[in-house]
Amino acid sequence: MMEQWITHLIVLPILLPMLCGALLILFSRRNFSLRFAISALSTAAQFVIALCLLQLVEKNYWTGDIGVYLAANWVAPFGIALVVDRLAVLMLLLTSVLGIGALCYSAARWGRVGVHYFSLFQFLLMGLNGAFLTGDLFNLFVFFEVMLAASYGLLLHGYNSTRVRAGMQFIVVNLLCSSLFLIGVALVYAATGTLNMADIAARTPSLPASDRQLLHVGAAILAVAFLTKSAIWPLSFWLPTTYSAASPPVAAMLVLVTKVGIYTVLRLWSLIFSGEAGESAGFGTTVLLWGGVITIAFGLIGMFASQEPGRLASYSAIISSGTLLSVISYGQASLTGAALFYLLSSTLAVAAFMLLIELIERIRNPAAAMLALTMEAFAIEDEPKESAGVAIPGALAFLGLAFAGCALLMAGLPPLSGFIAKFTIFHALLTQNAQAALGYPGWTLIILIVVSGLASVIALMRFGVRTFWATPIAKAPHLQAIEAAPIFALLLICVLFTVQAGPLKRYLDRTAASLHEPQQYIHQVLSQPAVPDTGDTP
Amino acid sequence: MEAILAISIGVLFGSGVWLILRPRTFQVITGLLLLSYAVNLFIFLMGRAKLNQAPITLTENIDPSQFADPLPQALVLTAIVIGFASTALYLVVLLASRGLTGTDHVDGRESAQ
Repeated sequence: MMEQWITHLIVLPILLPMLCGALLILFSRRNFSLRFAISALSTAAQFVIALCLLQLVEKNYWTGDIGVYLAANWVAPFGIALVVDRLAVLMLLLTSVLGIGALCYSAARWGRVGVHYFSLFQFLLMGLNGAFLTGDLFNLFVFFEVMLAASYGLLLHGYNSTRVRAGMQFIVVNLLCSSLFLIGVALVYAATGTLNMADIAARTPSLPASDRQLLHVGAAILAVAFLTKSAIWPLSFWLPTTYSAASPPVAAMLVLVTKVGIYTVLRLWSLIFSGEAGESAGFGTTVLLWGGVITIAFGLIGMFASQEPGRLASYSAIISSGTLLSVISYGQASLTGAALFYLLSSTLAVAAFMLLIELIERIRNPAAAMLALTMEAFAIEDEPKESAGVAIPGALAFLGLAFAGCALLMAGLPPLSGFIAKFTIFHALLTQNAQAALGYPGWTLIILIVVSGLASVIALMRFGVRTFWATPIAKAPHLQAIEAAPIFALLLICVLFTVQAGPLKRYLDRTAASLHEPQQYIHQVLSQPAVPDTGDTP
Repeated sequence: MEAILAISIGVLFGSGVWLILRPRTFQVITGLLLLSYAVNLFIFLMGRAKLNQAPITLTENIDPSQFADPLPQALVLTAIVIGFASTALYLVVLLASRGLTGTDHVDGRESAQ
């Protein structure tokens, strides 16, 4: 009996936000604290569930550490299967941590602005969790749409003309992507006759040549849809406008939405086009590698060109997408483990920066900032003033330190986890194969990652100096504890990543190793028996 | 029949792409609608074009080639519902943008000419 209940834990990260989101619609407008309490409880419960799933996966509860939930008790290739493995658990944890952070931040102001903010937030979490858990290609489409529909609503939250314009373009891009997604799914179905990811992977090695062509075309079209979401160049032009227009807690969640595209590419490519896929092995990975490299280059140019903090964060997210895509394109366990470390660290850092931007904007005096810009352009030296030793208010000190932390993480400088992430990537790249030389793609990648770090340092320093030092602070900032706490917590997690880098890296290496042995996944999903009919239920 | 379906999907898709690249929001939404029609037909066709045939049932010992594939039909239904809802949402945003900016240009302002 207990075992059955434990298996139902897998579906809870989808059901819980759905039910809470629906419940929250009933309390629209009135009673803010009740609405906040419901959504905070739901998000915290998702965190606890994710922790439980992590325990189950780590304590070898399921054979092969892969738990399969058969929806409506249909066996795998026919019904929809939900699959929880180390990667899915990792992404669930990341989602709930970011969710708690963004939700706490929005308690101060943004949650009170619109009508259905909290419901949409829960639906967004439902879509994200579902996309990470599902083992079925069409079901993935459905969860993508749930996630996107919620993000359209959230993007328009705090309704003004900038947001409506950004929202319009974001919606068109994503509707187009959904069309491509459907075409890709239909082609994959036509080629393999199945939509279950494990079943597709099992059938790929023995496909006849004509169907293999069709599968490749389908996979390429699917990849266009996913890569638009993960903002690969030249499909990334929607990102800076959207991110800088969104309200801060929404922008923090959108950082994670970008990572869903990367997760899907990693999941499908490591499963379907693994080394065991016969002629299809490694399909399209060269394109992925070079696409990622060009994306990094695009991001670093954008970083130099940006003045606004929102756009700086956007281009930082683009650089992180490019790095991840090109590193996972190698399809090797050591590199994937390093990429996952980078994914965790960069997602938390950019999300924290998105939240921080609004607080920093409060101390910025637009006129003074413009003056500083002009002085810099014409190289006007300030009259050296006598340093009077002004006491720095606590709030300002917090902002400055938090900004420095974010900048260190985004640029990948020691001592924080951004540096460790980049270091592990370099280490994995250089030691991946002792015999074969790294080749010019590998060196290009390493050089670009280093240069992009440098670009981030320069761009963020320029912004930081101009904001905190060069301009007279117009007014002392007012920070509420509930706004500062999430930023502090997200940065603290990154510090923990640094201190506990060893255990975390070992977990990520296990994750990557099981990802690159798809036979286990395929076997677990396809051999999961249906729950037998006990006969005692009416 | 495949040829007719393929040509109509091609025409729908081509017109949709052309309309999406136009500067007016109404043209864009019409383009999106045409695209979703093309995509729905395409999914339908991926179950192989068959006329007047019942879907596969649970009866044993049947010849699958005599039956239509029911799965793409189910997929099309889902895709229609989702596409319809997102397009309706876009319609709302379109009207909001028209109200806020006073123009139906996708950039929210008329291009300087």
